[in-house]
Amino acid sequence: MENKRIGNQTVKLTNPIYINSTYSIVGPKESEGPLAKYFDNSVQDAFYGEQSWEKAESKFCLSSINGCIAKSKIPVSDFEYILAGDLLNQCTSSSFAIRETNIPFIGLFGACSTIIEGLAVGSMLIDGGMANNIVCSTSSHFCSAEKQFRFPLELGNQRAPSSQWTVTGSASAIISNKGNGPKITHTTIGKIVDMGITDANNMGAAMAPAAINTLKAHFEDTGRKPDYYDLIVTGDLGYIGHQIVIDSLKADDYDLNNNYTDCGILIFDKEKQDTHSGGSGCACCGTVLAGYLFNKLQNKEINKLLIVGTGALMNATTCQQSESIPGIAHAIAIEN
Amino acid sequence: MVNPLQSKEYYSSYVDKITPNSKTFKNILIAFLVGGLICTIGQIITNYWLSSGYSKEISASLTSVVLIFLGAFLTALNLYNKIGKRAGAGSIIPITGFANSIVSPAIEYKSEGYVLGVGAKMFVVAGPVLVFGISSSIIYGLIYYLLFM
Repeated sequence: MENKRIGNQTVKLTNPIYINSTYSIVGPKESEGPLAKYFDNSVQDAFYGEQSWEKAESKFCLSSINGCIAKSKIPVSDFEYILAGDLLNQCTSSSFAIRETNIPFIGLFGACSTIIEGLAVGSMLIDGGMANNIVCSTSSHFCSAEKQFRFPLELGNQRAPSSQWTVTGSASAIISNKGNGPKITHTTIGKIVDMGITDANNMGAAMAPAAINTLKAHFEDTGRKPDYYDLIVTGDLGYIGHQIVIDSLKADDYDLNNNYTDCGILIFDKEKQDTHSGGSGCACCGTVLAGYLFNKLQNKEINKLLIVGTGALMNATTCQQSESIPGIAHAIAIEN
Repeated sequence: MVNPLQSKEYYSSYVDKITPNSKTFKNILIAFLVGGLICTIGQIITNYWLSSGYSKEISASLTSVVLIFLGAFLTALNLYNKIGKRAGAGSIIPITGFANSIVSPAIEYKSEGYVLGVGAKMFVVAGPVLVFGISSSIIYGLIYYLLFM
């Protein structure tokens, strides 16, 4: 059988894996941000008509899955798998949403890297002939994340300058072995990297080493240089993590000054929206890819995109036990 | 150029260097002003009770009741967190902040029901203050008793 692996961590997909359609739905704050016009849908009520933040997040997830399937015009029965995950305990936002869909479900946990993890695993499943059409989805909600990881919303405390703002919303993408448009060409699955950061208010610094590790692996495996890509985007490192990636890769002679940004930087206006170090959460990378970046790819304003989903693999208990925060990052190359 | 990731120790000091600090002076100043304002409001309320003929002890208790009500009321209106965002310790330390720390989880966990949600989680923020506040007052009382009784 033909070997699709190149280098240590990268798979070069030999069949075209098309991103058939994407769908993004966001909450009120995101719909006031700089990328508002790129999202398919926005909801002004953070509860989304539900009784709890958890139910609201799940509804965001179901809306994006249904929206994406409707856009793709592929019949529901033609999907072999849904690959999805989120931040809430045991990934209930995804599974509670997906129980309504009647499509086989593979649950993923890659924290905020989930949408890229899903697209990477999904592409490999299709390339290996295991599936024809796959839905990848993820969600996060500012309020449910604050409740699970930090403090009650109404508590009058101050946020650290390094803290990031969890994006409310959900994103879905459908990949298929038929169609046209942007294709996923390479996947680089990352290793867990832990550089000893224990500050849960500095996720960018905790996750940046994993992103650096995955970017270097991708460049080494493919022989590509950063300037091969029109744009390199990380998931939710925010301003601090973005700076760390540039500094560290510069020391290894990779120049990222011209074509590198981060979804957490793109999604909010730092000054007007008071989001400190930027956006975060599964929906950060998800909605920026499904909304803004996919639009640019379709319009051929971007033809070669490297997107690196980044996740922090801790929970509230490990943080209280002063454990350091392991980071993960997965990359996919999307090309026209 | 040195790679920030060369060792955990170096990375830690590098991260400290590039992470922006809180604006300490500004935060302390606003905390002082807002904390002082809350205390002044408390004094005005106390003076009202005193002028209405209540004793000093009763006036102090009534003032606490009014301030706790105001803290809880502003929390329910989603306003106390907005004050706290600017005022920091200025609105956390006074008794209004204590009310906020109890009412905010009560609102947040209402979705888990009145027993396992509101009842169990109400003191999730204020709990440590109560535990260590009461514990230290017992120790203080014991020392006072042994030395002066």
